[in-house]
This record gives sequence, C-alpha cells and structure tokens, in this order.
Amino acid sequence: MFACGVYGFITRKNMIAMLVSLELMLNAVDINFVVFNRYLFPGAFEGMFFTLFAIAIAAAETALAIAIIINIFRAEKNIDVRNLDKMKF
Amino acid sequence: MDVTIPILILAIPLTMFLLLGIAGCKMSHRTAGILGCLGMGTVLVLAYYTAAQYFFSGNELFGADGVRLQHIVFNQTWLEFTPTMAIKLGFLLDPISAMMLVVITTISFMVHLYSMGYMRDHHGVYEHGFQRFYAFLSLFSFSMLGLVVATNIFQMYIFWELVGASSYLLIGFYYVKPSAVSASKKAFIVTRFADLGFLIGILILSYYVGNFDFMNLTSSPVASLAETFSVDIAAPQHIAQIFADNAAPVFMGGSVLTWALVLIFMGGMGKSAMMPLHIWLPDAMEGPTPVSALIHAATMVVAGVYLVARLFPLYLMEDTALVIITVVGAITALYAAMVACTQLDIKRVLAFSTISQIAFMMVSLGVARPEHHEALGYMASMFHLFTHAMFKALLFLCAGAIIHAIGSNDYTDMHGLRKYMPITHWTFLIGCLAIAGIIPFSGFFSKDEILSACLGYDWVAYVWMSLVAGLTAFYMFRLYFLIFWWKEHKIHEGHHAPHDQAWTMSLPLIILAAISCVAGFIPFGELVSWNGHPYDFMAHFDWSVAGISLAIAVAGIALAWVMYRRENALPEKFRNAVPALWTWCYHRFYWDELYMFITHKIIFGGICRPLAWFDRNIIDGTMDSFAAVTNKASEAIRPLQSGQIQMYVWYYLIGVLALAGICAACIL
Repeated sequence: MFACGVYGFITRKNMIAMLVSLELMLNAVDINFVVFNRYLFPGAFEGMFFTLFAIAIAAAETALAIAIIINIFRAEKNIDVRNLDKMKF
Repeated sequence: MDVTIPILILAIPLTMFLLLGIAGCKMSHRTAGILGCLGMGTVLVLAYYTAAQYFFSGNELFGADGVRLQHIVFNQTWLEFTPTMAIKLGFLLDPISAMMLVVITTISFMVHLYSMGYMRDHHGVYEHGFQRFYAFLSLFSFSMLGLVVATNIFQMYIFWELVGASSYLLIGFYYVKPSAVSASKKAFIVTRFADLGFLIGILILSYYVGNFDFMNLTSSPVASLAETFSVDIAAPQHIAQIFADNAAPVFMGGSVLTWALVLIFMGGMGKSAMMPLHIWLPDAMEGPTPVSALIHAATMVVAGVYLVARLFPLYLMEDTALVIITVVGAITALYAAMVACTQLDIKRVLAFSTISQIAFMMVSLGVARPEHHEALGYMASMFHLFTHAMFKALLFLCAGAIIHAIGSNDYTDMHGLRKYMPITHWTFLIGCLAIAGIIPFSGFFSKDEILSACLGYDWVAYVWMSLVAGLTAFYMFRLYFLIFWWKEHKIHEGHHAPHDQAWTMSLPLIILAAISCVAGFIPFGELVSWNGHPYDFMAHFDWSVAGISLAIAVAGIALAWVMYRRENALPEKFRNAVPALWTWCYHRFYWDELYMFITHKIIFGGICRPLAWFDRNIIDGTMDSFAAVTNKASEAIRPLQSGQIQMYVWYYLIGVLALAGICAACIL
C-alpha cells in the first residue's frame, strides 16, 4: 500500500491525485504503527495513540494542501505538476 | 584649590566645540562668532584668575618657603592597567602650565576676535563654513589647554594628538582648494610619523619606570626612579639598580633612558617643526591666517618645547639627549633663517621665522645646565616662548590684515603700504623690532637671555646663535621694508586703495603690540624656573652680551635698510653674486624634493609597489581562485534544481534507498 502511494506520488500529473497518493502513504504508515504495536508490544498503546495523532494531523494537512492547490489553480489555471516549474534556479 | 574653575577652563571650549559643531548650522554666522568669542573670553578670565592665584596668592599649596610647587588640582583615573600603572586625566598647575594657560587663552581670544573681521569679504559677507571655523578653533583651544595642564605623559599624548587633529582640520579649512588639502594631509602625516617616536619613547620610559606621572618622573628624578623601582613589582629589581647607578642597559651605543628621551624629543621635533621634520609648517600656511597665528606660530608649534621643558629634570640626567636637542635646534635655526631671507610669500617668511625662533627655544633648553647660571636656559626658553607667542601672533595677524586688504600673499603685490595702513604698519614695526631684539621690546630680553645661556655653555653655540639672531633682524626687516616701503604702492584699475581693517581686526593688533612692548619687563625669573626657586636673572644679566646682540640686531636692520628701503638693484646684485646659495635657499634646500623622492620613488616605488603586486596577485589571487572553483561547481550542479517536484522525490527516494542499502550492508 505504501509502495502504491509512492508510485502514485511520482507518476500522477494531477496534484489532487498526488494528494490522494500521499494519503495512501500516510494510511499505510498508520496501519503499520497499529499492527506492529499489536504484534510486538501487546500491552502498550503508544502506536495506537500515534496513529490517532497522525490521522488528526493528516486531516489538517489535507485541508492545507487543498487550499494551496486551489490557490495555485487560481493563479495558474492549471494543476498539472509538470507545468509548475517556476520554483527553480 | 577649588576644582570648578580648572574644570570650566577645559569644559567651556569643549562645550563650544560641540554646540557650534552640532547646532552651528542653525545659527546665524554672527551669533556663532559672538558665542565663540564670549566662550573664549570667559576662559581667558578664568585662566588669568587661575594663573594669578598660582603665582601671587601665597597659598601654601602653590609655594612654600618661596619655592613654587607643582600642584595637582584633580586627577581622575581613566584607564587602569595595573594598580601602579594607570592613565589619569587631571589638571596640573606649575609655573610653566600657568604661564601657558595665559599664553594660550590670550592668543586664542585675540584670534577669535580677529576672525570675526578676517573671515568675511570686503562687503561684510561671512565666509562659507564660518561656524565650523569657530567650532574647530574651540576644539583646538580645548586640546591645547588639556595638553599644557596634563598631569601625566599619556594625557599629554592624547591631547597632543587632538591638537594635531584640530590643526589638520583648520589647515584644510578651505577644503575645495587642492593645495590646502594636500598641506593638511602633509602636516598630519609628518607629525603623526614623529608621534610614533613619541609613543615608543613613552612606552620605553613607562616600561622601565612603571609610571606616567610627571610629578613622579620629574621631581628629583634619580631618587624617584630608585624609589619607584623598590616598590614596583613590574620592573625587575636589577634594572632599578642599573638605573640608580646611572648606567642603564645599552642599545646601539645609547642607554635606554637616552633612547626614550630622544624618541620623546622626536615627537617634539615633529610638532615644533625641527629639521628634518619641519617640512609641514611652511605648507600649513595654506590655512586661514588667524589659524596660522594661533596654531602655527604661538601655541601648537611650541608644544615640543613645552614637552622638553616638562621633562627637563629627566633630560638633565642624560647629557647626550640635551646635546642632540642643542645640535638639532642650532642647525634648524640657521637653516630656517637662511631660507626666510629668500621667500616671496610673506606668510612663508613668517613660518620660517617661527621655525627659527622655536629652534632658539630648543637650543636654549639644550644648553641649560644647573651648573651654568643655574639653568638660565630653561627660564630663557620659557620666556622666549611667552614673548615669541605674543609678537609672532601679532606679526601673523598683521600679515593677515595686509593679505585681507591686498588679496595676495606675495610681497611683490604690496610695497609702500605704510601710508594706506597706518595701524598695521606701526604694529608690524613693533613686532619686527621685538623679534629682532631691540631694547626695550620684549624679544630683546628673552633672546638676550638665550644668548647668555649659550655663552655660559659653549662659545660656539653663542657665536652660532648670535649669527642667527642677526639674520633674524635682517629677514624681518627685509620683509618689513618690502611690504611697507620699497616703492609707491600701485593701485590696480578698478580696485580701491588698501586700508586698515575693521576694529575687530585692529584691536587685537594693538593689544598684542602693547604686550610686545612691555612683556620684557615682566620679572620672568621670579615666576618660572626649572626647580621652582625664584630666579634673579638680573644677577646673570651680562651687559656685554646684551650690547653685542643689540649691535648685531642693529647691523641686520641696517643691512635691510640699505638693501630694501628704496627700490634699487642691490638685492639683484647680491642674488647674482651667490646664485647657488640663493637658489638653494629659495628652494628651501630641496628638502621637499628630497622627501618626495624618498616617499614616491623609494617607499612607494620600491616597497609599496611590489607589496601591492604581491597582495593583488598572490593573496587576492588565491582567494579569487577559491571563489572561482566554488562558482564553477555551483554552475555545474545547477540543472539538478529543475523545479520538477516529482524529480526531487525521485532523488530523495533513490537517496533513502541507497542509504538503507548501505546501512543494511554495514549491519550484515
């Protein structure tokens, strides 16, 4: 699932799709946290808490990313990441 | 003694400098001038009061059993290196500092007043920068007063540099004139070079003595040096012993004390324009004439004499140093007198005459020994300093009045002015008589005592200095006759006739002329002597010396009368009789050219140019190549930053995987 996210992040042109891929990666990490916690330290809850935090932060981050994408669209009329190469030397 | 007045003497000029320097541009010219004069007038009154208190109050702080003492009014620690060695700022009253207070404030006040008239054109319009001029005059007065009342040699050095800086500012007052700019730079650099010697001298002296205070250095020096060493931890005990035995460590044939004193004298040579460091003074005449009168005739240039006089008991320990002072002074006196006979610019003549007269004071200090006439030379030197300040300032101010009326420095534009400018004529004549040494004007008394002191020391010195005294009379009267007689004054078409100047300019002339007439009768020996004991110089007054010097002066004047009173061919004939001598004198013995050769050809060409090449090519080249390599490398990796975010992610991913691979390889 993480590999799917990475592949999507690198190959998609649309920024929304890249964002979706990013969410995929995050969720993969979350699942990893929960699973490893359950397997390796059955008595502990840190992994669970970490996951909850990560979900909350991911929500905020998604909102921020959407806002940035909307602003880029307003400015450029375009959200294809390959055409957005102004940030270079 | 109350500290208020001494503090005010220093604080008022400083305040005036700050006030006129900062707020001057908001004031009218007139207000600034009047403020400056009022400030200096107050200082004049306070300084006279202090001097009168010192000399005549009978206070036991200032004198006990008829011996004048050095009194420190206040002494504030400013920088402390070690508990025994600290730089202090204070106020020392003793005979010479009290006398200098009077000299400086008198001349400075006269110049302040005179400048009110001088620094404006014929229509009464004030010159550009008038307020700045007064601010600098105040700064100079402050520094000079601080210099003479210094309680220790380091305070003196600080104020010494300050007078140098204010002299630089005032010489370069007309900063749009290239000659004034280069003259001010020259003055600053030459004196700064000399001050290097002064500083090294101070350091040597303080290293061995562990103390800067004049009181400590000069009150019976041998005893105090030994005493200092016995308590001082910084100085090794064995050096104390060596100093006490009066056989200090030797460096290149001179004891350390000799070296220190000679190096300190080098600072004095620079400020007092002794040969070979005299070259800045004639050029300093580019400044406004009142400045020349104040700084380059009466006060700052005698700082070197004052310095030697201040450390005189120390100089007495080393005969070599005194002999050097005598020789340098004697050579300078003759040289400057010879050059003064040929110059065209009246201010230059006066400048060379100043050099010659200061050299007189130096010689007088150099020949002073307690065993000859109880160090008459010391007293004579201070006396001559006093009288010279008055009559030379007078001569400069007269020259200023003439230049202001004529608009030129060259005497060939003058001639026959006696009918047009009677006040200037008479006061100038009094100044000339005083400097020539005609009884009863002030110069006669002081110069005669110098000659007596020379005779007491060595007859060669006496003959030499008498010759210079004769030359002095000759060149001063040559100047006088060429300005005021020679031929009828030619008034150019469209110019009005020259005339005496406004009262602000004439009044200082009259006051200074009056002082020059009567100053000789001051019983100077009662007031100033090297060890504070009142000194009856009439007991050492030698009528034969006086008669001879008077005869020489009259002979000089008579020669000038014959050659220059009426237009004639004698000067031309004389010049053609000794063309080589005349040319050398006219070109000031090519000293400036020699300096130009040394600085430009040898120092700039021989040393600085290779150094500059090394700096530019080797040091800068190395640094430049570092920069170039970095630049190239950056250019090469520049395309990596393409702006394609997904490419960055690729690089990142590859990097992480590679690192993970390396870690894994290491662990396994």
